[in-house]
Amino acid sequence: MTFEEIPLSEIQAAEAPATEREHRERGLWRDAFRDLRRKRSAAVGLAILAVLVLLAVFAPIIAPYGEREVLIESEGLRPRAEPCIHVNVDWIPNVPVLEQLENFLHANGFSCPSSEPQHLMGLDGNGRDVFSRILYGARISLLAGAVAVSFAVVVGTALGLAAGYVGGRFDNVVMRAMDVFLAFPALLLAIAIVTARGPGLFNAIIAVSIVTIPVYARVVRSRVLSVREQDFVAADRALGVSNARIVLHRVLPNSLTPLVVQATLGIATAVLELAALSFVGLGGDPDQAEWGRMLALERNQLFTSPHLVFYPGVMIMLNVLAFNLIGDGLRDALDPRLNR
Amino acid sequence: MLRFIVRRLLSSIPVLFGILVVTFVIARVIPGDPCQAALQERANPTACAQFNERYGFDDPILVQLGTYVGDVFTGDLGESVRLRRPVTDLLTERLPVTLQLSAAALLIAVVVGVPLGVLAGSRRNSKTDVATIVGANVGVSIPVFVLGLILQYVFARELNDTPLGLPASGQLTAGTIPEPFYEAWGLRENTVLEFLANIDLLNAVLIWRWDIFVDALQHLILPAVALATIPMAVIARMTRSSLLDVLGLDYVRTARAKGLRERVVIVRHALRNSLLPVVTVMGLSLGTLIGGAILTETIFNLTGVGKTLFDAITGRDYFVVQGFTLAVAVAFVLINLVTDIVYAYLDPEVRVG
Repeated sequence: MTFEEIPLSEIQAAEAPATEREHRERGLWRDAFRDLRRKRSAAVGLAILAVLVLLAVFAPIIAPYGEREVLIESEGLRPRAEPCIHVNVDWIPNVPVLEQLENFLHANGFSCPSSEPQHLMGLDGNGRDVFSRILYGARISLLAGAVAVSFAVVVGTALGLAAGYVGGRFDNVVMRAMDVFLAFPALLLAIAIVTARGPGLFNAIIAVSIVTIPVYARVVRSRVLSVREQDFVAADRALGVSNARIVLHRVLPNSLTPLVVQATLGIATAVLELAALSFVGLGGDPDQAEWGRMLALERNQLFTSPHLVFYPGVMIMLNVLAFNLIGDGLRDALDPRLNR
Repeated sequence: MLRFIVRRLLSSIPVLFGILVVTFVIARVIPGDPCQAALQERANPTACAQFNERYGFDDPILVQLGTYVGDVFTGDLGESVRLRRPVTDLLTERLPVTLQLSAAALLIAVVVGVPLGVLAGSRRNSKTDVATIVGANVGVSIPVFVLGLILQYVFARELNDTPLGLPASGQLTAGTIPEPFYEAWGLRENTVLEFLANIDLLNAVLIWRWDIFVDALQHLILPAVALATIPMAVIARMTRSSLLDVLGLDYVRTARAKGLRERVVIVRHALRNSLLPVVTVMGLSLGTLIGGAILTETIFNLTGVGKTLFDAITGRDYFVVQGFTLAVAVAFVLINLVTDIVYAYLDPEVRVG
């Protein structure tokens, strides 16, 4: 059967699977989100992320002090002062248990009298309010992770699409290069890249981004290889649809599912690696309220002022945990083998 | 099987060659003058000219690459410009430290992770299961350095005076200088013996010194646990989900239908097959371990591969960066190779496919 002999209705029918797929896709994402909220662990992840985002957005309103505000002179406090939390139950009438609790907290250093200024997480070595810095740090941490992964996803997807669709020698060269990249521990490569470009938050983001490109390139390429062989792509080719259109409108949408899962989990890894770079002194300047950096600066004070290490550490962990939980949940929700 | 191994070996040659080039490039793109970094205030034009001549930094870049590749094949990794010692010497001294740490960490990860995964998987949705899942999720999310510092605080400070107290440093107690076993045995020293003697635990056993063995073990526990947490969590999760997959298969139902006890069904029948993916995860974890070693060694004050590499990168010590990165990357490729072969041995389908 030559091209002319195909009736118009059949040509339209050949296009149909794609539109139908788009319909289903919209349903797929909505279903996935519904599943995500239903799954307990993913719901916890979403909740943590939501809180972090709220803290980051409203940091200037919630934070009692500025990101870089030094407080020693103004309030007569010493640097690395322990947390001072006001616990005051006087407004609740006559509950002896609460009174006892208040006294207990006072006696054990968990709270302090309301005559002293409140610092929920204490002061750091430069006399800055740790709680305020933690809040501003949420902005940096969330943004840095997202930027690093977005860049890696865009570049990795482009490479994967090109390698998978062009195939042949080009594919071979690109994927072997990715293998070489993956042969180095990610953190090591990132350290080398940051050192090459000079320390700083931006360069750290670039470095973390570069080292994760191969992951996305691989994911996308493997999808391309399987989609390329599908009947609807063959139909497209027969109809003379351009390569660019096939790649962007057929292959790319079909690669989105694994890509989204991988990217969500990737943010978790990126945040961990960024924190590690900051920890070894290669990301962020000392004034920036970056969690990894905050922790690194006070690491030697671990035994005398554990709160300076504990709070940033826990925040990094919560951030990573949120993306890990959401990523896992997404994988389950989007996995076609686990049918609903 | 042999064909599979050969094919797999051949396919890692281009990767190894690529690694060689990349290590060279990594060392060169780090900005800063190696002469300036090495000689510091003694650096002047004549001294630097001599320095560059000595280390070949004045050759064209391709000639340098050629010399480097040639040297590597003859086992010469150059000399540290800062420590003035051959890189191979540094490797025999410091690789064992990281090796011992990683091996201990992997051992902990497997010994704790696999049983936890089995326990969780065989009692799905029980309290144990939920606790394991929650623990595993927290485990993969906690940065190595945060956990390391928390462990130090708890065991070296809060519990310091109790029997549970552990030292905060990863090095042997100051003043403990164990005699290398080859000297005790009256052997002539060579690189291999030296390498083995630098594995503290092994050396302590070989010279039969229980006190040194205990000391080494005490100093190893905290760093190893810190480093083990992420792979442990990954392994536990993997074991659990893979066991659940296998438990749904027909042959397991058959085993149950025969009236076998659940324990026998799981340990004898299901576990073996469910450990297949776990092998892959273990291989992959080693890469994470080496990355984590940089942080763990920094926190626990150990002079291993990670710490040395970090110092070399920041101090522009070209040959150390090249040599150590090469060693790490080659180890990584070899581990992947071994993992694939073990996997193929365990799973016939891979060999054919």
